[in-house]
Amino acid sequence: MTSSPTDLTGTKTVAAGTGDTAEAPAATQAAGALRAGAGGTWQALRRDTGAMLGLGYIVLISLVAVLAPVLTAISGWNPYEFDQSAIDPNLGGMPIGPWGGMGAEHWLGVEPGSGRDIFARIVYGARVSMGIALSATALTTVLGVSLGLVAGYFGGRVDLVVSRVMDFLMAFPALIFMIAVLSALPASNRSALLVVVISVFGWPYLARIVRGQTMSLAQREFVEAARAAGASGTRIVFREILPNLRSTIIVMATLAVPGYIGTEAGLSFLGVGVVPPAPSWGQMIAASVKWYAVDPAYFVVPGTCLFLLVLSFTVLGDRLSAVVDAQEGR
Amino acid sequence: MTTTRSTTTGTEALLRVRDLTVTFATPRGPLDAVRSLDLDLEPGGALGIVGESGSGKSMTSLAIMGLQPRAARRTGSVRLRGRELVGMSQADLRRVRGDRIAMVFQDPLSSLNPYYTVGLQIEEAYRAHRPGVTRRAARKVAVAALERVHIRDAAVRVDHYPHQFSGGMRQRVMIAMALSTEPELLIADEPTTALDVTVQAQILDLLQEIRRETGTGLVLITHDLAVVSEITDHIVVMKDGVCVERGAVEQIFTEPQHPYTRALLDAVPRIDDEIGALRAVAPGSPAARENAARENGDLA
Amino acid sequence: MPRFLLTRISSGLVVLLLVCLFTFVVFFALSPDPAVQICGKNCTPELIDQIRGNLGLDQPFWTQFFLFVAGIFAGRTYGDGAAAVECAAPCLGYSFQSSQAVWDMIVQRLPVSATIAVGAAVLWLLAGLVGGLLSAVKEDTFLDRFTTGLTLTGMSIPNYVLALVLQYVLVVRLQWLPFPQAVRFADDPVQWFGNFVMPWIVLAVGYAAAYTRLTRANVLDVLRENYVRTAYAKGLPQALVWRRHALRPALTPVVTIFGMDFAGLLGGALITETVFGINGVGKMAADSIARNDQPVIMGVTLLAGFLVVVGNIVVDVVYTAIDPRVRVNAR
Repeated sequence: MTSSPTDLTGTKTVAAGTGDTAEAPAATQAAGALRAGAGGTWQALRRDTGAMLGLGYIVLISLVAVLAPVLTAISGWNPYEFDQSAIDPNLGGMPIGPWGGMGAEHWLGVEPGSGRDIFARIVYGARVSMGIALSATALTTVLGVSLGLVAGYFGGRVDLVVSRVMDFLMAFPALIFMIAVLSALPASNRSALLVVVISVFGWPYLARIVRGQTMSLAQREFVEAARAAGASGTRIVFREILPNLRSTIIVMATLAVPGYIGTEAGLSFLGVGVVPPAPSWGQMIAASVKWYAVDPAYFVVPGTCLFLLVLSFTVLGDRLSAVVDAQEGR
Repeated sequence: MTTTRSTTTGTEALLRVRDLTVTFATPRGPLDAVRSLDLDLEPGGALGIVGESGSGKSMTSLAIMGLQPRAARRTGSVRLRGRELVGMSQADLRRVRGDRIAMVFQDPLSSLNPYYTVGLQIEEAYRAHRPGVTRRAARKVAVAALERVHIRDAAVRVDHYPHQFSGGMRQRVMIAMALSTEPELLIADEPTTALDVTVQAQILDLLQEIRRETGTGLVLITHDLAVVSEITDHIVVMKDGVCVERGAVEQIFTEPQHPYTRALLDAVPRIDDEIGALRAVAPGSPAARENAARENGDLA
Repeated sequence: MPRFLLTRISSGLVVLLLVCLFTFVVFFALSPDPAVQICGKNCTPELIDQIRGNLGLDQPFWTQFFLFVAGIFAGRTYGDGAAAVECAAPCLGYSFQSSQAVWDMIVQRLPVSATIAVGAAVLWLLAGLVGGLLSAVKEDTFLDRFTTGLTLTGMSIPNYVLALVLQYVLVVRLQWLPFPQAVRFADDPVQWFGNFVMPWIVLAVGYAAAYTRLTRANVLDVLRENYVRTAYAKGLPQALVWRRHALRPALTPVVTIFGMDFAGLLGGALITETVFGINGVGKMAADSIARNDQPVIMGVTLLAGFLVVVGNIVVDVVYTAIDPRVRVNAR
């Protein structure tokens, strides 16, 4: 561990999926050394089966999310329509047919009780999962990188203030607080609110790493040279230091995404995330709890999609981190 | 404390290395970090191995002890007082390491475990090779070892942690640790490189003193010619894993044969040099250096 | 050492105060009418007024906050006259919906949450340390790669999905475990144990994965350290090198992280408890969120914050005891 003794974890992801009120340390080093070979990061990554499979699934889900309206037009059902003919009122609303009603009419079956098409809800739910997670990652990255750079380079009082804020946010019981905040506030603009709340608690982890690396980079000769040549602080930070952090930022951003996907799904599972009837994978799983014994398909479908998406990002980030480490000769 | 190691039975060499080769498998084919190296050291003698970074000198020292990385393959012969170390069982090798041959590394801060006191680290070296020794006896040995390397208040400092010592003191601690078992041979890999110049001189004096008192053989690895000229009797010059020249110190310094050796010597600024461009050792193959040297008028 | 401790405690108190303040702001400043929300479903205008009076919601914000903080230390009385409600110290709030002091509600449920936390902790520590060590020793072998795949999977599967899968497979299909039923240990140990097995597993999986990776990385890092090379050069036997020079530096950070994770978990494993219907602090929090019982939510938030802060302090203290480099600077 290259961090100082009181920096106990390298990266942490706030994942409602892996821990309830605590976070699990994400990968700091990957298993299976990768020979970087000639041709750079992308080439090395391309040779890795795991990374490519993960990337493939991510691309698939992204396409699904983007093309949601098209897909539901093809499948014939939108996520809000109730299809009473697909469920059996005598059985309390159980879907008719095996596997939760999967068939030619409803490709992934229907929701018990409401008869809504699961495929449509999955497809639109993908928008929510990817959209919120990616937005939160973008916001976290912007905040984390800029604050980390500023704190690391300028030091002094700026650093003191930023570090205190980071310590405070990291000590906060994030999940409970997020739930509390989201439950107290009115339901409008939920998605934006989710992104903001998740980002507020997420940026310190990236900022801390960026700050550390900035501090050591700032000692290097090329920075001194730039300063001697009269470059201003901002210029140095953005032109000299930032490019050197590129791979760290990419790896951390990739590893943050699965955490945020899990967080959004977890919050939706608890009922404080995306507001029904808007579909979200987490919320679908929450609804499936009542039915798990008799209609397991209802939780298997969104559960598998969610799991695979988180896994894909995690594997991709993990492999990416290994490749980057190998290239930097670590 | 003097030992009688220097009195030899016959003219048996202390260290005799023949055809030592250390090979790594790389994506581009096998790479020899050290190739066909021969070394000789008399009991009580001092041998210097000189070269730039990447010349294979550190790998040589590790290979002598059998501490080369697992990915490397070592062949050849390494004999310590006639005993062959290559191919020795791990158990036997462990008995040799730290007891017959001791090693001092370049960076004493990272080479000492920060979690334990220096006393404990010296004691464990001693007790590993003297079964049945009590902790109290070992502690006495540790204190004596620290005193031998001129660390003041040794009885107190023996309970201090490595980070509580300065760089030069830490290197003394490492030397003390190495000497605690009274080895026949001490290998010092760049012992002064991480230290500043005044402290360097102190450490070198210490090594000289120890050689005088105990007759321990010394292999000193360095890139610094000044260091080598002070302490050692014989020098081996290494480049790219191969020995390019060997000989007695005075001879090498006054009549270097190989162009690389000459380039190394030339690269050292001298007080009686005319003020001009510093000559760096030119990178590239020996042939290229020869050409450069010829252009400078150094070769006939 | 004491001075160091004092600084940590005082900054911890500041953090707690800020947590309190933020939560307060969120509930009483941001929500349109706290009294309505606190009142809950079966509300009448009289009840709302009573709540408003009791909680002093018509008073200025800082007065309310001060009263709340003071109540934590000295206890508090809500309302006056016959309808007055006593809330003994530490008063973390009063739930009008349940007619109970929040602190009492928490204390009732804490043992259950603690049981879950402890059981899961034992599981994940064992799995993580052993798994990580083995992977490090057998680096790059099939076992190592397999373990990596396993840990990536374990990290990626959300708690509630795993909970549902386990519940379905183990209880419904294979019937290896009984349906959860609230029992006391003394009455029916087997059932009691059966109740906790799945929550333990579900909670432990994510952490075990993370800890395996962490241990593995630490051990590999330490094995590359120069001082391990020195230890071998001294001729120390392999077992001793591992035990003394490799394991201790490698495992120390893991153990301290564990302190923080465990402290956080004591505040209630919200999702896991909800899915398995276990009446711990976490489930109470989740139910309160659904019912908008804000005093309870706030009380639980404070408790969780308190545990995290304490955990942090304990970890820092332990670190100074263990790592000599930190110890000297702390003096």
